Formats: sequence, structure tokens, C-alpha cells
Amino acid sequence: MRTKPKWLFPVLALLPILGLYCCIRVYPIIETLRLSLYQWNIISRRKPFVGFANFIELTSDPLFLEAIFNTTVIAFSIVVITIPVGLALAALINSRQGLRRSGVYEASVFLPHVVSLVPAAMAWKWIFDARLGPLNALIGLVGIPAQSWLFDPVLSLLCLVILCSWQAIGYAVLIFLVGLKNVPDALYEAARLDGASSLQAFRYVAVPLLKPVILYVSVITLISSYNIYAQAFVLASDVQGAPGHLVRVLVLDMLENSFRNYRVGYAAAEAVILLAIVLILTGAQFRLFRDRSRA
Amino acid sequence: MSESDHPSSGVGQHRVVGLVIDTILCVVSVMMLLPLVFLISNAFKTPPELLAWPPTIVPHQPTLENIVSVLRETPLFRWIGNSLIFATLSTASIVSTSAIAGYVLGKFDLPGFTVIFTVIIATAVVPFEVYMIPLYLNVQSAGLLNTWPGLLVGYLVMSFGIFLIRQYVMTSIPDELLEAARVDGAGEGWIFLRIVLPLMRGPLGALAVLAFFQAWTAFAWPLVVMTNKETYTLEVGLALFQTGFTVDIGHLSAAAALALVPSALFFSLMRRNFVRGVAASGLKE
Repeated sequence: MRTKPKWLFPVLALLPILGLYCCIRVYPIIETLRLSLYQWNIISRRKPFVGFANFIELTSDPLFLEAIFNTTVIAFSIVVITIPVGLALAALINSRQGLRRSGVYEASVFLPHVVSLVPAAMAWKWIFDARLGPLNALIGLVGIPAQSWLFDPVLSLLCLVILCSWQAIGYAVLIFLVGLKNVPDALYEAARLDGASSLQAFRYVAVPLLKPVILYVSVITLISSYNIYAQAFVLASDVQGAPGHLVRVLVLDMLENSFRNYRVGYAAAEAVILLAIVLILTGAQFRLFRDRSRA
Repeated sequence: MSESDHPSSGVGQHRVVGLVIDTILCVVSVMMLLPLVFLISNAFKTPPELLAWPPTIVPHQPTLENIVSVLRETPLFRWIGNSLIFATLSTASIVSTSAIAGYVLGKFDLPGFTVIFTVIIATAVVPFEVYMIPLYLNVQSAGLLNTWPGLLVGYLVMSFGIFLIRQYVMTSIPDELLEAARVDGAGEGWIFLRIVLPLMRGPLGALAVLAFFQAWTAFAWPLVVMTNKETYTLEVGLALFQTGFTVDIGHLSAAAALALVPSALFFSLMRRNFVRGVAASGLKE
């Protein structure tokens, strides 16, 4: 019997996938880095190398600064809301473990995370609507005057944070629940024998053990919040013919620079900054992890 | 439950605590679902009832008028079809590339494989939005705008999928099994298809649900690649439809509710798979 070389199958199987990765992942990533150093304009033929000029221009571009400010505020607000609320909900659901209704709670909290973004954003857009929305009617009951939620620069940020937190909480709860199930019962027993209440046991036994998971969920939520676009697109687009207040987020500013202003190199520089933010967040997470495991 | 054997507190007190917890969780669950419930109920309301306060959950005079006019005004079923095709093709590609690459990288140790795996994982850190524009320029220069291949290019592989399958292959598929098959004279392709693939059904199912979800909710990429009303995906079509001048809340809700139903149905059916996939993605450390 003729024997084929051992390496033939793995190499032949991997090669097409490797080619695919090079074409649709590695090459565009390198190309982004390269374009950020060029004055690369779709409509002009000359595309000169300009070094870091794009980045220098970004530091004094009011639209970009607004975008990065908004995105940062939104991302951190989402984390500040999602992590404590998610943790509390996970703890409560975990304490009802084994009862049939705990599955119902879990599913209801998780559903907003899996329904399509655009219909969900449209549901909230109605809630926030200045004329027809139930939110204004609701705050009217306690004497607060109606607000134009989606037109006000500050309130529209708040609306975006509420919408994104509503979607992110389900993910946090799910991961925290998995983490809570991994906490050995013996630890709770020990805490109880020492006279700790359930609340204390959670605070001093479960939370410290969950720290890596909390850190992980925080970073994942931060990174995905830095990339939000669809939600801003839907909430900010015209409402009943009246223009909504455009919440300028990073991805929106990037797309506008490349597709409306045709400044691809400039947009690539923005993409590089987005990448840098993501890398810093990921790096911080790894460093914190290492410090913890050494301690 | 183990809660009830606390030495210093009575059964009655525990029942009260349990009741409080159930009440809180019920209120939270209702609040989480309420926006979606209102969306669906608004789809069936008449214009006057849409203005009524307090908003009703079950419409007094349910009407199909909104749904009928939305289906007349927009190619909504076409968009749903487009999204289905896109998500199915993307899922098929991600599942097969992940199965092959995960198996090969997990069970064969050739020089360079560690480097390849590292590169694959490293690209996962980079958000799609970062390299979307060069990818778009490539698709454009290849003349693939407004075509299925152009749309799919962004969603053919998933680094996390390769990671997931490799992890599974290394921990759950014994080398002895593969060796035994080789001794019996089985070819490598046969071993992969007949022995390895059936064993990977669990993680592949979880991965498939994640991949389908990712494509189904994709937004920025389909928005720039598919610019023709007939080729929109559901999310894009809906987002652009709601920017329209004269569209009222009833019609918007009808369109959104029609879009919501397939995904809500699919993910409640697939909940177990989905939860497994998401949980695995959360515990990759």
C-alpha cells in the first residue's frame, strides 16, 4: 500500500482557510495601518504619504473629539450600570436555582440580548418619543415636564446608554450565573457556620471569587460599546420628519469620513485609534489577571 | 434548598425573603420584556389608540391595517429572505472552516502551526469596524458590491469558532481513537468526516447558533455593501425604512414586530445552544 506523507492532510486542509484569513482578515488589518499614514482620498488620484499628519489633524478635529468623548462616556456608563445590576440579578436568580421560575427569569433577562438590534432600538425609540412616548407621560404623572429625549444632546446620550445597557445586562447575567454555579457550596457552608448572612456570604465569598469573571465581562462590554453604531443610527435618525440629535459615536464618524467626505486615510487613522483603545483595554485585563494570579 | 438550613433563622423568615426576591425578579423580568411587548402590541393598534394614555397592552380594536400596509410599502419578506440566506451561508462557512481548522490545529503538530494559531487568535482582538473600510475597497474594486459574495466576505470565518473547536478537540477526542483508525487503514479525510465530525456535534451546534446570530444582527457591513433596496438585509432595510418622512408609529411597530418574531422564535428554540455558546465564549480564559 502506498503511504502518503503525514503532513499532507493537515497542510491541504488548512491551506484554503489560511488563504481566506490572509485575504479577509490579515491583509485589511495591515492595510488599515498603512492607509492611516497616507492622504488617501477616493476622488483624487494623488495619494501621498503624510506620516502622522492624519493623527495630528485628529487631535484638533472637533467632530472626532466629540465622537471619542461621547463613545467613552457611553461605554463607561454602560459598564457602570450593567456590571452591578447584572451581578445583583445573577445573585438573585442564583438564589432561586432549582425552581422552575428561575428559568423564566433567566430567559426574560436574556431575551433583549438576542433580539435583533434594529427592532429593539425602534421599540425604545417609541418609548423616548417626545410627543407619543410613554416615558414623557410617565414622568408627567410625577410633575416633571416633558423632555425632548432624542433631540437634546445630553438626554440623547442617556437614551443610548439605557438602550445599550438593556441589551448588555442579559449577557452579564448569563456569564455571572455560570460563574456563581462554579463557586463550591462548601465555601458558603463555611461562611454560614462562621455566622455570615446570605448577603455577607455573597459579598465576601462569591464576589472575590468572581473577580476575574467580573473583569472579563467589564472589558468585553467596554469593547463592544466602543463599537456601537446601529443603536445610534436608529435612535438619531429623523423622527416623524424632525431630525433627531445625531449622537456622534466613533464608528459613525469613521464611516462619515470615508463615505461622505471620501477621506479614507483619515478614517483609517480613526480606526487605528479605535484599535489602540481596544488593545489597551485588552492589555489592562491581562495585566490585572496576571497580578491577581501571582498574588 | 440549602438556604433553609441556616441555623439561626426560622422557616417563616426564609419564606418572606424568598417572596421578596421573587417579587423583585418578577418586576425586573416584566420591565425587561415590556418594550418588546409594547412594540408587538403597537403593531395591532389603530392610530387613535396609539395616542391613548396609559398605553394598552392588549389593543381594544386590534387591526391588521398596519401590517398590511407595511407589506405593501416595503419588500419586508424579501429582506427577511435576504437575511436568512446571508446568515445561513455565513453559518455554513464558519462552521466548516472552524471544524477543519480547529481539528487540524488541535491534533497535528507541524512546525508553524503554533504561529498560525496565534495569528488567528490575534485577529480576533481587532474589531471588524477597524478593518471594514479596506475590506470594502477590495470588494468594490472586485466589482462585488450588491452581490452575495461581497456581503459574505466579511462573515466567512470566526476566530473564536476555531478556538472553541480546537479546545474541544484537544480535551475531548482521544489520540488513541484516531491512531486506532489509522492502524485499521482509514484515510485522514475519512477519519475527519466519519469519526471526528460526529463527535463535534455539540460544540458545532453552539457555534452555529452564535454565527447565525452574528450574521442576522450584522449592521454596518451590510449597510455599506448592499445599497440597493432589493438587496438590503432585514436590519438595514428596517433601519432605513424608519428614517422615512411619512411613516407613522403603527407602521414602524408593525415592521419591527414582523422582523422581531423570527429572531425571537429562533433564539427561544435554540436557547440552550445559544447559552452554551455564549457561556463558552465567556469562559475562554
